[in-house]
Order: sequence, then structure tokens, then C-alpha cells
Amino acid sequence: MSKKASIHDVLTGEHYISGNEAIAEGCLAAGCRFFGGYPITPSSEIAERMSRRLPQVGGVFIQMEDEIASIATILGASWAGRKSMTATSGPGISLMMENIGLGAMTETPFVIINVQRAGPSTGLPTLVGQGDVMQARWGSHGDYELIALSPNSVQEAFDLSIEAFNLAEKYRTPVIMLTDESICHMVEKLIIPTKSKIKIENRKKPTGSKKNHLTFKPDADMIPPMAAAGEGYNVFVTGLTHDTKGYPVITPEAQEILVKRLCDKILLNEEKIRLTEEYMTKDAKVLVISYGITARSAKGAVNLARKKGIKAGLLRLITIWPFPTKLIEELAKKVDAIVVAEINNGQIVKEVREATRKSVPVVLSSKLGGTVHTPKEILAKIEEVKKK
Amino acid sequence: MTISEEKVDDTILEAKRHPMDYLLRWDRLPHVWCSGCGLGSVLSCFIHAIAESGIDTKKIVVVSGIGCTGRASGYLDLDVFHTTHGRAIPFAIGLKLANPELKVIVFSGDGDLFAIGGNHIIHAARRNADITVICSNNFIYGMTGGQLAPTTPMGAWTSTSPYGNVEPNFNLCHLVASAGAIYVARWTSLNARRLQASMVEAIKKKGFSFIEVIPPCPTTFGRRNDYEEGIKMLEFFRENTIIRHGIDPGDAELNLGNKIVVGKFVDKEDKPTLSDHIARIQLFAKRR
Repeated sequence: MSKKASIHDVLTGEHYISGNEAIAEGCLAAGCRFFGGYPITPSSEIAERMSRRLPQVGGVFIQMEDEIASIATILGASWAGRKSMTATSGPGISLMMENIGLGAMTETPFVIINVQRAGPSTGLPTLVGQGDVMQARWGSHGDYELIALSPNSVQEAFDLSIEAFNLAEKYRTPVIMLTDESICHMVEKLIIPTKSKIKIENRKKPTGSKKNHLTFKPDADMIPPMAAAGEGYNVFVTGLTHDTKGYPVITPEAQEILVKRLCDKILLNEEKIRLTEEYMTKDAKVLVISYGITARSAKGAVNLARKKGIKAGLLRLITIWPFPTKLIEELAKKVDAIVVAEINNGQIVKEVREATRKSVPVVLSSKLGGTVHTPKEILAKIEEVKKK
Repeated sequence: MTISEEKVDDTILEAKRHPMDYLLRWDRLPHVWCSGCGLGSVLSCFIHAIAESGIDTKKIVVVSGIGCTGRASGYLDLDVFHTTHGRAIPFAIGLKLANPELKVIVFSGDGDLFAIGGNHIIHAARRNADITVICSNNFIYGMTGGQLAPTTPMGAWTSTSPYGNVEPNFNLCHLVASAGAIYVARWTSLNARRLQASMVEAIKKKGFSFIEVIPPCPTTFGRRNDYEEGIKMLEFFRENTIIRHGIDPGDAELNLGNKIVVGKFVDKEDKPTLSDHIARIQLFAKRR
């Protein structure tokens, strides 16, 4: 970088910063201009950086009275037309669940950064965990879908922050960045590209008449264009089951139409949304599946296995939800066994088992939080399942 | 003779439309409120106040939580949001801060704003968030069938206080004024003209303004407390309401059988709002 990047825009250049700081910069580069949050370890550095950076780019930072207010306020900001976000962890994400449902029901784009720590309850506030994976998907009541992403480096934390906003805007959905304490407190090199190289997606705006506007009439792609408050469309938004006008309709028929579409707009686009990384999977006989910080240990384990002559490979999940069921179903046909490594008591392993339909043995390499796997621990599982 | 079922323009009805109908969503009426309920009158005052304020209706946003009053936003032909229980205020703050040009009004009930949402209202007042909050206080959870609320007067009967309420109630105006609201008024739904005038003042006020309005609720409150008809409760309001402008809202407690003290209790000079302060730091950060 010959020219110093302006603090009033994308901080193009080379940086040596933490995952949390990279996420803040990634969200700003994505066009986020509203942050509502409540301090919680290990995510607080995101709020701290946003409190300094947002006013520099003309954005709004507000520290709310609790996490429930934080998520409610970013929903409001999104409906005023701003890209908005919050960042939290364990107890905070639990408090946000009801309004994640409101976000899904009202198709409100926003991003939640969940810097996972080990739970349940207050658990290990300063130490890593990956125990919120199922909660991200099922935490709010009722049937809904959302998108969750998991980075494994500081660079990817930045890149996926942009992707998270792009997906939220494109599919009009809450997006959760399911990252973890290790990634977010780790300091690594980050390269922020020039603004022109960053692909930005913005929500579709309505083009028709403002009179009698149908707030929730989907296009052929199942996604309704989104008018902001104050634009003259008189939007009608409710968490009740509603029709295309947005009006409450308390019938099983309206429920079928609405909830089916809300789920399908994510599920039927799974392949388009899907991001994964495959490492040495071509001839692999033992497949390791992992994500986030754990995927780094898993890669080490695959390398160690290869040195020992075991044909191991790694599938790293970058998109966690919607789950890449079809991909794993295909990969399972080529391998003898699967090892799933995650810092919880076995969450994604259940999805993997369902995807493989018990065609191959699927074993769990588990840690309950507080520390990451060593490659040797995962290697031990690989050796356990390899065909003699 | 066969009668066509095809819809025709009903010009007679069209001609009879009320001049305020342009602010209502006709296709959502009739409303859900019980006969004898005062919320219809309150909503009527509200739409008149909006018209009288002269504010561009394109910029007016109404946010509600959950409950009987929470349904009010859904009858207005404006940008309207029916959010989660208790969270109308933080949702409204997000709208306002993200677009300071909007006039954001929260219209919700006592349970929504002061029980489940109690934390948000005191902080909104403390911050001087530039929003107006209209709280309809019917002393009860109406939508769920008449359970005890933090506004239920001591001794009152509800479906979850079958031996009479043993808890003291919140004095909403006192609480909000103490937390920093710059405009605080209380009216019953019978004080329609004063309520409407007060709504205009509150809406036009810069900063956090608050109006408590007491409607009759014969179905879930009155029925168990000797006011089984709306008209009986209105008669009680007529005979027992006293207007005391400017008094300390702490002296305006609402107790069963006592006089109802109404009036404009607080009307402070404008001071910088949360939006003003945020705009100031944006300017500061931009220049550096």
C-alpha cells in the first residue's frame, strides 16, 4: 500500500489484527451502518471497534440496555433502510432468540455475530466453544430457516462478514456468523482489498405503485422486494402469520403458504448459498468434517494421517446452515468412515449421520469447550475408524 | 331474476366515508376490540392528532408491541410495525436513529410497555430518544383474558388475583418523568379533546414524550371490579376525573375508588435528543 487508506471508508491495506477487529472491518466494508449491542465476552472488541469506526463512516453505534433491546433495535434500523448488526456470545445469543424469529417472520435482513464461548449458562466466558450450532438453527420457536457461516481465520472472518451481509440482503433473512473465541481473539495478517474489488449485494426495492403496496408479495425467486419506512409505501409488518399485504391471517392455510415459503427460500437455494473447502478428499478413505477453529486442527490431523499412509481428507464447512446434506451424501459414497470434530457434545455429527443415512460409520471427536482439539486427538479418531 | 355476485363500486358508502378515513386501513375493519372498550376513541383521537400536527404522513411510523393496544398500529394506513411483546421501544429507537427524518410513535399497552418492556421505557426516557410513547393503561392484560398487570390497582380482582391484588401498582407518569421524559401527560379516553390536543403537543415535541391514556375495559377489568359496562366506567371517569396541570406526577397515584388525576404534568424545554448527540459525534468523527 503506497497510499494510506481513509478512515472514512474501507480500510484497504495490510493489517495485523484480531478476528473480532477483522469482523468489524468486514461488516463496515459490507456497508453496515448501524450497530446495536450489549457488551459480552468474548465479543466486546467488535462493539468497541464499531463504536469508534461507525461515526467515522457516517454510521450509528448504540449500546442498548440488554441483548433483547439490541436485536430489536437492529430490526428497526434495517426497516429504516440501513444495513444493521449486533455481536454477542452465549447468554446474549440466548436472549436474542425471540427476535430472531421476528426477523425470520418479517424477512428482515441483519447480521448477528456469535463469538461462541463454552456453555451452558455462564459457562466459560473467556474460552472457546462450538455449542451454539443447533441453537442457531433451532433456537427460536416455530419452523424457520436462516443462514449461518463459520470462518477459520482472521482473513476469512473479514471475508465472511461481507458474505453474511450479502446473503442477508439477497435472501432477506437473519444471518448468524457462528464464529468462536479462538478465531476472534487470534491475531493474524489481514488483507483488505480496495473498495472496487468488494462485491456488495443490496436488498431488492419495490418498483411498482406506492398505493396499495403489498409488503410481502414475493417475486418468482420467493423473495419479496423490501421498502423502507418513510419511502411512502406504508409497509405493514407483523410477527403474526400474514398474507402478501402483510395483514394478519390466522388460518392454517395462510400458515402453510407463508412458513413454507420462508423455509424454501433458504432450503431450495442451499447449493447457491453453500461454501465449503475440500482438502485431499479426492482419494480419501477417511473423511474428517469440521468447521471454525477446529477445522485448523483437523487439517493438521489429515496431514499427520497422510504421513502415516492413511488416506484422510477434510471437508471444512463454511456454510453451516442451510446444511450441505447433498454434498455429504455424495462424499460418503466414496469413503469408508467419517470423523466429525467439533467443540461440543456432538451437534453437527447428527446432521452428518442423517446425510450419510448410516451408509458409513460416523464418529465424533468431541471436546466440551475451553480448549481446541490437538491434531493428534483427531488423528487418534482417524486411526480408530480406518479400515484395517 | 339472478343477482350477479360480481363486486360493484359502492358509491353510496364511498360518499359516506369519514374525512379521517384516509389514515385508516379500511380493509382491516372492523377492529378486534370488545364492545365498550375505549381504544376506538383513543385511536380516533390519535388519527385526528396526526392530521392536526401537519407532519408529512409519509414520515410517520407507528410501532406497537403485543396486546389489545398493540393491535392499534394495524388499523393505520401508515408505515406500521407490530413487533414482539415488550420490544416496540427498542425497535422504534432503531428506526429513528437509522433515519432521523422519521417521526416515530410507539402506541402500546401498559403490560407491554411497563412489565415485559419496562426496562426499555426507562432507558428510552433517560436517553431522551426522540420518540413519542402513547400508553393505553387498562389496568390489566386484556388480550390474554384479564390477568394481573403491574398497573392493576391494589385490591383489584383479576383472573390471576382471585383474592384481590396484593401488589402496589406503578404510577406510570411518575416513573417516566423520573427517568427523564420531557413531556408527560395523563388522560382518560373520555377527555377526548384534551387527549387529542395533548397528542399533537407530544408528537410535535422534540425528545422523549409520553402520554398515558385510560380507556374503559369492561370485558376483562370492569367485569370483575363492578364496572361491567363501558358506560359505567365512563361515568366513573366523568364524575371522578380532576385536571391538575403541572403537578408532581408522584402525587398523581391511581388507586381503586380514588379520584383520577389527569393533566399535563411535565412539559420541559427542548434539550438535545439522542439523535442530536449522535449527529454531533458523526460530524466530529468525520472531520478528524
